[in-house]
Amino acid sequence: MVQRPVTGVPRMDEAQIYSRLNGIFEDVFDDDSIQVTPELSAKDVDGWDSLTHIRLILTVEKAFKTKFSTSEIGRLENVGDLVALIKAHA
Amino acid sequence: MNPLYAELQWLPRPPQDFSARLKALDTSGSFAVELQALARHGFDLNQLTRLARALDKARSAGRSLAPLIPFRLAVLSNSTIDMIVPALVASALRHGIALEVIKPHYDQVAQEALTPDSKVNSSKPDAVLFALDYRALPLKLSPGDAGAASATAQGALGYLQTLRNGIKSQSNAVCIFQTFAPPAESLFGSMDRALPGTLRHIVESINRELAESTLAAGDVLLDVAAIAEIVGLADWHSPELWNLGKFPFADDLIPLYGDHVARIVAAIRGKTAKVLVLDLDNTVWGGVIGDDGLEGIKIAQGDARGEAHLAVQRYALELRQRGIVLAVSSKNTDSIAREPFEKHPEMLLKLDHIAVFQANWNDKATNIQAIAEELSLGLDSFVFLDDNPVERGLVRKLLPQVSVPELPEDPAGYARTLAAAGYFETATFAAEDLKRAGFYQDNAKRANLQKQAGGVDAYLASLDMTITFQPFDATGRVRIVQLINKSNQYNLTTRRYTDPEVTEAENDPRVFTLQVRLADIFGDNGMISVVICRPGAPQVWEIDTWLMSCRVLGRRVEQMVLRELLAHARAAGVEKLLGVYIPTDRNKLVVDHYAKLGFTKTAEEPSGLTRWELPVDGAEPESAPMKVISMGFAPVQEVSIA
Repeated sequence: MVQRPVTGVPRMDEAQIYSRLNGIFEDVFDDDSIQVTPELSAKDVDGWDSLTHIRLILTVEKAFKTKFSTSEIGRLENVGDLVALIKAHA
Repeated sequence: MNPLYAELQWLPRPPQDFSARLKALDTSGSFAVELQALARHGFDLNQLTRLARALDKARSAGRSLAPLIPFRLAVLSNSTIDMIVPALVASALRHGIALEVIKPHYDQVAQEALTPDSKVNSSKPDAVLFALDYRALPLKLSPGDAGAASATAQGALGYLQTLRNGIKSQSNAVCIFQTFAPPAESLFGSMDRALPGTLRHIVESINRELAESTLAAGDVLLDVAAIAEIVGLADWHSPELWNLGKFPFADDLIPLYGDHVARIVAAIRGKTAKVLVLDLDNTVWGGVIGDDGLEGIKIAQGDARGEAHLAVQRYALELRQRGIVLAVSSKNTDSIAREPFEKHPEMLLKLDHIAVFQANWNDKATNIQAIAEELSLGLDSFVFLDDNPVERGLVRKLLPQVSVPELPEDPAGYARTLAAAGYFETATFAAEDLKRAGFYQDNAKRANLQKQAGGVDAYLASLDMTITFQPFDATGRVRIVQLINKSNQYNLTTRRYTDPEVTEAENDPRVFTLQVRLADIFGDNGMISVVICRPGAPQVWEIDTWLMSCRVLGRRVEQMVLRELLAHARAAGVEKLLGVYIPTDRNKLVVDHYAKLGFTKTAEEPSGLTRWELPVDGAEPESAPMKVISMGFAPVQEVSIA
């Protein structure tokens, strides 16, 4: 269980995270028709190779103002995992 | 991260409809022109990547890329540059170049340079960029051992020379060498610089010698060490990214790096700026010369605002010294605009330094075009510096080939922003360049006024202007009094009133007063015009005061003020408006003000004073594309003199 400081700041809810991620995916993959779902992963998206993956992670880090460790990044299998990671860092 | 550099703040911000505009390019008839226009914003890496894809797609589909200049650039690197390549392509677009990048497999630098039929050599590139960082060099530390340190440096330089020879023997490609950004970690501290054999010392000696030999050999230098220094080595280098995938520097700085490479490529193709056109008021000095006079403008040493503008003058002079031509485009009466150059003791710029001096009331796009014709130089070699976002927008819209940097709110940032934009980057330097400005030395002429550049009306409509009319009130009084006492140029009668006198007018039901505010998409200009009408003969209003801020000239504010005036006059049963022009040595600008508004001249005196009248009935001044808000007016009562 991750210890979180009590800050009184409202935590971002999942719907908001998915909504923001959708915009990020559209930008990174140059595709306005992308729809992010929890099961979405690299095999489902054209051009989601290891380099674009890094660009995606860097964009997500900047958008949510956080940094992920290499091991955290290594464990991601799909968008659902990414959302959980973002929530854990929020 | 310093946002000026990380976000390329001299470029306009990315448009909200970026995605839509990209998509629209698919069916556009002038694809390349629009793609270049779209590229001229301060985009992030993802947006640059999308722009590059649009170009690559078009190229593969065989679409015409004219008038973009094609350029094939091979990039050799010891690090992972895959994320950087699209940024190079998109940045080159901004400079009118259709870049094709040849990128061999990772870390094949020597192989690609030295093998005759390598991917790079076979592709016959126009230029080869050696995008190496210090980790590519065979460097051995030897703190305190000058001999070993020198050998290390020479070894590294010899390696680079071998690579160069490999390329040169296969093709006539231009070789672009990068200097090396030393790491942000020091071994001793201060001694790293002084002691031979430390990494910093070795890298610096390599950089110095590389720069000199590159220039001497006719190769091209990309001073990455300077770029890294300017943004800060700690921001440039990213241990996380190097560890993650051998990325050479922080991804946040890829857009900046891309623009620097693009400038060099454009310079190789001869596309480099040669002329700097300067606005005067609030650009080259603080304040407005027409209103503040010689004593009021700020260019004094020791005055914070003055120093900021002096820095702009100093930088302009330094540019001129290296061969950049200076011109002036200012909305001012010519003689008044010249005054500071001729008489102000603190001015660094003199008329002698200005090749073409354009001070008039025409729009600046027309003026810049006239300057270009006068100098016989293409508009794409022009840079225009102006503090006013409305003027910047107009020139960008009507003359898209001219470079117009965005400027920060604070003039202290003007010189640095102009420098950061790097418009005057060059690939070669010859002694003749120094003399270029001098060739135009004797050509300071007024260019002929020409008919207005088309499209000004459409531009004005795009400004989403809102004009707000109110009678004098307590809230506006300070500014009203200020305008009444400060305005010299757009002032019909130059009648100065004190605060109590203004309050009197405010409270007198027979006196009609107007305070006028103007807002547009760039923000609120605040109060920009003041009108006072006094009752004369029965059913007649005499326009006692009509003044306006010169910042909003050319936007038809005067016509809208007249419309408002007429509406209130009608409601009050007034049948005629009387105006008078009292000439001073500062307000020649408004000699035709009433004529342009449709008044008839009724008298003219030897002093130059003119009287005018306009019957209220039937008067219909043209309107301008603005939203009108009229508020605070008391219910109307018929005006008559007892």
